[in-house]
Amino acid sequence: MSTDNPTTAVDDADPDVDAAELQALRERVEELEESMAAVDTGDDQKKMTIVATQGSFDMAYPPLILASTAAAFGWEVVVFHTFWGLDILHEEKSKDLKLSAVGNPNMPVPNAVAALPGMDKMATKMMQKKIDDNGTATIEELIDLSLESGVDLQACQMTIELMDYDEDDFYDGVTTGVGAATALQHMAESDIQLLV
Amino acid sequence: MSSEYQTTETLDVKGQSCPMPIVKTKQSIDDLEAGDVLEVVATDSGSMSDIQGWADGTDGVELLEQVEEDDLYTHYVKKTE
Repeated sequence: MSTDNPTTAVDDADPDVDAAELQALRERVEELEESMAAVDTGDDQKKMTIVATQGSFDMAYPPLILASTAAAFGWEVVVFHTFWGLDILHEEKSKDLKLSAVGNPNMPVPNAVAALPGMDKMATKMMQKKIDDNGTATIEELIDLSLESGVDLQACQMTIELMDYDEDDFYDGVTTGVGAATALQHMAESDIQLLV
Repeated sequence: MSSEYQTTETLDVKGQSCPMPIVKTKQSIDDLEAGDVLEVVATDSGSMSDIQGWADGTDGVELLEQVEEDDLYTHYVKKTE
């Protein structure tokens, strides 16, 4: 008797608890489905934040191409430019970005030759010609397009001061007076974060 | 390259490469009304995949057709809303 009782008690109790639990779970699933549906319809827009740290001619392209294309998708886009990446937004310097001939194994000359004076200039000219022949947009065009389509191009305030730049040196529409905290905030809100 | 669509406007991006065909398509679509069809003529072979990806990922547009002929890539994009 004494051994039967606990067994029957457990057997009886289990279906009861399960049914109650099941009901609670069903309600919870319904609740979650409803809130998911609300989230899906409410926040359909993607957001991308790129941190652009490089200011050489070739490295200026990827962030600008991705940013302007993402804007065409209707995404909210922030590009935070810091250190050498700042030169991309600098109105004068952006027109004179250089490609490094040294340290690039794809260059047709060995490093010892690439290190000679004038080689960076030549490599830049070669690349510029390829870009023109290919119908690839200029950096200035991509900046204009990005700004036109609502991309937030940000210039890191600390680097502006470090490089001794003036806020007026940058293209109209560039956001200044922002720092790492702003960049992090955008990254945290983004679906896609890239460091270039 | 005849199409059965009534194209409202033609965008010529011949000679231009990524990302221009997409960026300019988006700009042109923005200027159109719902129901309008934009014809995009490109020489960039990457535009076949790119326009498709863009249309798939963008609300309010529908890619009707893509035609490849004589190194020309023609896309028909409808503005749906």
